[in-house]
Amino acid sequence: MSQAIETFYDVMRRQGITRRSFMKYCSLTAAALGLGPAFVPKIAEAMGTKPRTPVIWVHGLECTCCSESFIRSAHPLAKDVVLSMISLDYDDTLMAAAGHQAEAALMDTIEKYKGNYILAVEGNPPLNEDGMYCIIGGKPFVEQLKMAAEHAKAIISWGACASYGCVQAASPNPTRATPVHKVILDKPIIKVPGCPPIAEVMTGVITYMLTFDRLPELDRQGRPLMFYSQRIHDKCYRRPHFDAGQFVEHWDDENARKGYCLYKMGCKGPTTYNACSTVRWNEGTSFPIQSGHGCIGCSEDGFWDQGGFYNRLHTINQFGIEANADQIGTVAAGVVGTSVAAHAAISALKRAQKKSQDKAQVAQSKSENTGA
Amino acid sequence: MATQTTNPPPTPPSAVRQTSVYVYEAPVRLWHWVNALAIVTLMVTGYFIGTPPVVGTGEAYNHFFFGYIRFTHFSAAMILTVAFAGRMYWAVVGNHHAKQLFVLPLWRAQWWREIFTEIRWYLFLESKPKKYHGHNPLAQLAMFMFITLGTLWMIVTGWALYAEGAGEGSWPDFFFGWLRGYVHNSQTIHTLHHLGMWWIVIFMIIHIYVAIREDIMSRQSIVSTMISGHRTFKDDDPD
Ligand code: HEM
Ligand code: SF4
Ligand code: SF4
Repeated sequence: MSQAIETFYDVMRRQGITRRSFMKYCSLTAAALGLGPAFVPKIAEAMGTKPRTPVIWVHGLECTCCSESFIRSAHPLAKDVVLSMISLDYDDTLMAAAGHQAEAALMDTIEKYKGNYILAVEGNPPLNEDGMYCIIGGKPFVEQLKMAAEHAKAIISWGACASYGCVQAASPNPTRATPVHKVILDKPIIKVPGCPPIAEVMTGVITYMLTFDRLPELDRQGRPLMFYSQRIHDKCYRRPHFDAGQFVEHWDDENARKGYCLYKMGCKGPTTYNACSTVRWNEGTSFPIQSGHGCIGCSEDGFWDQGGFYNRLHTINQFGIEANADQIGTVAAGVVGTSVAAHAAISALKRAQKKSQDKAQVAQSKSENTGA
Repeated sequence: MATQTTNPPPTPPSAVRQTSVYVYEAPVRLWHWVNALAIVTLMVTGYFIGTPPVVGTGEAYNHFFFGYIRFTHFSAAMILTVAFAGRMYWAVVGNHHAKQLFVLPLWRAQWWREIFTEIRWYLFLESKPKKYHGHNPLAQLAMFMFITLGTLWMIVTGWALYAEGAGEGSWPDFFFGWLRGYVHNSQTIHTLHHLGMWWIVIFMIIHIYVAIREDIMSRQSIVSTMISGHRTFKDDDPD
């Protein structure tokens, strides 16, 4: 039952987009992906000739901020096109169908595009109580996820939830919310973390995959290098203040007003890989640090469990204690230092004792010798 | 004390014939002091990286204060790393004592027994310490745990952090970036690196105390040995 699948270009034309707008879209995409102008015709050709790749978008435990971010992509064309291509297939929050109809659409899509579709996962499955903490269409989400993953070509983990677990997986994680890559072990998975991820990053990743029909290059944790190869800190416009040693010390101090570096206020920019300091948010308007608040590290694994968002040093609560490395170290060094001092005192005493004993012994043996 | 009375009367000073053995070859001694200096530098600068001091206001381009602190940290780190590599090489080509930091004779029952003898000596339960040319077994174990493993720990975590700035594809990333594939949030690597510093601080307190104490109370030279390389003994009694 082979049926010709339309191309991206067909979809666009059907939506009333002109050739000119299409070419504009291709150049923008190339720019967003960091590709040179030479790639524009390649993208155009791929989109004009290749059958489009269907996408199924499923939702687990989540707050839907990823979808919210996605539909606010700065370039409306990118959003419309990519989004309409996706909702054509299955996305239970955005599609028109609901209930049984929606579930039927999902089965249809899986059946029709077996081995060819991309599975985009927003949120994650909770595994405790057989997954009963998240029910989709009367069944645990984890079952839907496994079923949809079985015939997927690749999986995109949207946001911190699908990539790392996010807030619902924060300690003590009562529902055992589990990131996708720990449930689906046999498929290529692309993590696009963030809470939410930046819209342009999301459309960029999808467009790349649809256009080039391959996965973007990933870092060691499975994040696309084109957006996650550098830290917020590496491109932060407050970096000169960091190198100078000019830091905000209190939220209401003069340094905060001057826009100094937020390192001492717990900014997680130095440990966070994301594109906020270059792409920014809401059509490039701003990003957290620009508005005077430190980065909270939302695109990093376990960012809820690192202690306060406003502490420079991370809180360790391993052995029932809650302290940072310096507090632990100071106590340990204090204990050792005190023991050493006590040991030194005892040693000195012992030595004095032994000396006087030795003296007495020498005196005694002398007197014995002379006595003999 | 019972043991005290059985002690032979101490030999009069004139009768002591000081014997000496060459134990620490020049590269080992050089490494010891270079390493000590590098570690102290790394601790001071590392502490400030965690809790930065603040410079005054004014144009950012007039200052590079925190930059210099980090620069000093990284320079000392490179010296530490190269020195450690050199020390590993010397463990291969150097004398028996040069290997002590890297190979523990875990299979020798005698070695384990002497660890407990040493522990008893430090708990004041042994009236007379044993004589050693190199490190005593307890010292050897401590140095392995704190210095060999401790330095390695700092090198691996430190370079993994350095690789973040150097970037994907740089050689620090190639050699040490793999750590970030295992420890995902690099804040955790910062904390592991930071705790490692306190691990070494604890060693330094004990090490300096014990070295001076042994110099006074044991039967062999300690501090001067790491300068001259020669171990001298205070008496001629066997072991
Ligand atoms: C005995 C050896 C060392 C000590 C005591 C030490 C100590 C420290 C401390 C306390 C910190 C602050 C950690 C934090 O963010 O809370 C730090 C940061 C750092 N250290 Fe070390 N360190 C040592 C060796 C090394 C080595 C061998 C390297 C390798 C290049 C290194 C590279 C770094 C880097 C890259 C940072 C982070 C700097 C930043 O965030 O700006 N360290 N070190
Ligand atoms: S504000 Fe944060 S990201 Fe920016 S330079 Fe300071 S520490 Fe780095
Ligand atoms: S600045 Fe940091 S916390 Fe804010 S969105 Fe970007 S990565 Fe997340």
